[in-house]
Amino acid sequence: MEGTILRTENLRVSFGDNLVVKGINMEIAEKKVTAFMGPSGCGKTTILRAINRLHELTPEAKVEGKIFLHTENINEMEAMTVRRRVGMVFQRPNPFPTMSIFENVISGFTLNGIKLKTDEKNHIVEDALKKVALWDEVKDHLKKRATSLSGGQQQRLCLARAVAMKPEVILLDEPTSALDPLSTAKIEDLLYELKGNYTLIIVTHNMQQAARISDMTAFFYLGELLEYDDTKKVFTNPKNEKTQNYITGRFG
Amino acid sequence: MTPYDIQGLKGRRIKDKIFTAMVWGLTFSCLAVVFIILFYIFEKGIGSLNWAIFSQNPKPVGENGGGMLNAIVGSLMVVSIAAILAIPVGVSVGIYLAENRGRKLSDRIALAVDVLQGIPSIVIGIVIYVWIVKPTGKFSSYSGSIALAIMMLPPIIKNTEETLILIPTTLKEASLALGASYFRTTVKVMLPAGIGGIFSGCIIGIARIAGEVAPLLFTAFGNPALNFNILKPVDTIPKVIFTYASSPYDDWHRIAWGGSVILVSFIILLNTIIKIFESRWKVQF
Repeated sequence: MEGTILRTENLRVSFGDNLVVKGINMEIAEKKVTAFMGPSGCGKTTILRAINRLHELTPEAKVEGKIFLHTENINEMEAMTVRRRVGMVFQRPNPFPTMSIFENVISGFTLNGIKLKTDEKNHIVEDALKKVALWDEVKDHLKKRATSLSGGQQQRLCLARAVAMKPEVILLDEPTSALDPLSTAKIEDLLYELKGNYTLIIVTHNMQQAARISDMTAFFYLGELLEYDDTKKVFTNPKNEKTQNYITGRFG
Repeated sequence: MTPYDIQGLKGRRIKDKIFTAMVWGLTFSCLAVVFIILFYIFEKGIGSLNWAIFSQNPKPVGENGGGMLNAIVGSLMVVSIAAILAIPVGVSVGIYLAENRGRKLSDRIALAVDVLQGIPSIVIGIVIYVWIVKPTGKFSSYSGSIALAIMMLPPIIKNTEETLILIPTTLKEASLALGASYFRTTVKVMLPAGIGGIFSGCIIGIARIAGEVAPLLFTAFGNPALNFNILKPVDTIPKVIFTYASSPYDDWHRIAWGGSVILVSFIILLNTIIKIFESRWKVQF
């Protein structure tokens, strides 16, 4: 595929004896939004966490196969480098509770020991918060604790925290599943706007969300990739019967 | 009668009342004991608190007056050095246990910590005597600090571990996902989030050792003169209370009561500090 940023080769992930991801081969297009869909337990989140090497925190998890970021195999790279180049937003907003809003946005730099001048910091924070449309809401109280924000604002802050590092890929693990409909709509708008500048991979259970914001849609079922095509094609004319059933709400 | 009628309702109500009364009664008697002890100590000791007790060293037997400046300085010295030694070690072990739950080694360490908590303080004193005092050939303030540091470890380790376990993993993942190292994640994200609990563990540890005499008998020993040198023996408040209370002199008894008031006030102060900082440093996730 032209403009491929990520490519997996026979990716298998298991937890103990339980094989969750069963040999996935796929390519992710650069500067596009790719949605991962499928019923619970189909391995979407597991794949996402494998890309960010977060499975290393779980002793019983085992990742086999290869994942390439451009041409480098991420399993042979330094985990810290991979995670700096591939940002992640989690299911529940998880701002750092001991830090202010400002410190949270800049935390990717401070936690990596990158020293910045004050005006550089101000610039990065303003820029990131504007990108996630949070600037106007928080610009007057950047010193406040991040946990004083509402859930939706916190999630946008987490997105800003990821965006500030200028990652090549941003992984989003059901970023709106813990939010109310209004906040969800805001995050969706944002992702729509970020499209074109960033490569986004979003795991979602929400079909309208996938249809609305993604360019490509991958449908997983029991750890296998059943269908992967243009979002329009997947939603209007799915090749696989299971995909069709899932999209029309017959199971899942 | 329908099957939904509760049978023996009256009996249950009586049992309920008895149980409630029992809980109240036992709680009250426990509190009462604490207050009676506190009242007794303050009643006996408050009269002997004067400027001399804080500013003078002990006088020889037969001369009235004098104070326990040497012991107050000694206690502060021995306890603070013990804290400096124990806190980094205890917090590190706590972090290790929280990070490696369920592994064999951490189970063993946790067991060792429980055993350490149960070792009588006099035994720790003797061990330090054999390890440090005997080879160096003299009693010293620092050997007392080491003995107390060992006694301080269990509460610090347990509090650190239990606090860190309660911090959501998502927080650690957030930091690691930004590319932060394990070290920075621990120091800049996990420890600040758990600072309240870790701090109170340290204070509980200090409160535990502040009143210890047994481990000091063979180590810090005692010293009637004011001493700031950690290589030399020092007096401590609990040691002075022990010596003076078991003496036949009324004036020494008076000073021992005064020392008790100082020590008890110090413990009350530490507990108040814990309460204040626990609520102030409470982190909302």
